[in-house]
Amino acid sequence: MIKINGKAAPEAKGNTLGQYLDENGYNKTRIAVEVNGSILSKKEYDSYIINDEDIIEIVNFVGGG
Amino acid sequence: MKDKLIIAGHEFNSRFILGSGKYSLELIKAAVENAGAEIITLALRRANSNADNILDYIPKGITLLPNTSGARNAEEAVRIARLSREVGCGDFVKIEVIHDSKYLLPDNYETIKATEILAKEGFIVMPYMYPDLNAARDLVNAGAASIMPLGAPIGSNKGICTKDFIKILIEEIDLPIIVDAGIGKPSQACEAMEMGAAAVMANTAIATAGDIPAMAEAFKKAIEAGRTAYLSGMGRVIEKASASSPLTGFLQD
Repeated sequence: MIKINGKAAPEAKGNTLGQYLDENGYNKTRIAVEVNGSILSKKEYDSYIINDEDIIEIVNFVGGG
Repeated sequence: MKDKLIIAGHEFNSRFILGSGKYSLELIKAAVENAGAEIITLALRRANSNADNILDYIPKGITLLPNTSGARNAEEAVRIARLSREVGCGDFVKIEVIHDSKYLLPDNYETIKATEILAKEGFIVMPYMYPDLNAARDLVNAGAASIMPLGAPIGSNKGICTKDFIKILIEEIDLPIIVDAGIGKPSQACEAMEMGAAAVMANTAIATAGDIPAMAEAFKKAIEAGRTAYLSGMGRVIEKASASSPLTGFLQD
């Protein structure tokens, strides 16, 4: 089961990460992405194909102290 | 010579590090401007697509200081720091390792471990810590760029409860000591600066004020006043009175 930010996302299978981010309205200049515990650099987004069982975290900055 | 705050070779005119938590994005620009702040802290969390992004509300030229809030150990702090750097906003990081939800006190041991790893990776590491001299020395050896001792529990606005211990750090540690957490009002920020702190970090005091931009300005003035007082050299304290007016030439006899 693919999980993105803690939620099941079976529909993402086979897409590149770049496609997934574009289709879901993420601003790629404002985020960082971790796949299965490893950070993916921005230039890898378009070549990485989302696999079954991938655990993906998409993070950005929010207010904090 | 201009009085600058220097952190890992980076120079700042302002000695007020502003937090960005717990108030609306619309007020951030005014708060930063009124505070005269040149460094602002941020947190890293799971992204919501299509949501407004805080980076669009922070004026250009401000140094971003992501924190590792949410980290319960060194490993998690390192993970958050690396992700923060990947967003692409510089090498600064404020290490925050907490696993006590009641008082939110930092774990100095895990903080030292995270500092050592991240400093080796080229981060400019600014650890939030409980003011303990031995831990501060370990942080220096681990490669910290500044030390950020707490004044009181995060968000409490109680002031500098740890005053005497922060004074020891200021005396003994050869890095900027930045009082972080607990400072609730401008007079307390001024007190930290009078003691010789290099800077003050505040968030909740501003975020919970009635007029956020106005309170940011009040802190700015207090921090500047405290710094100037510290540089001036404080007047002495004595037990008995010492007349301020001449003791001769009275209109009598």
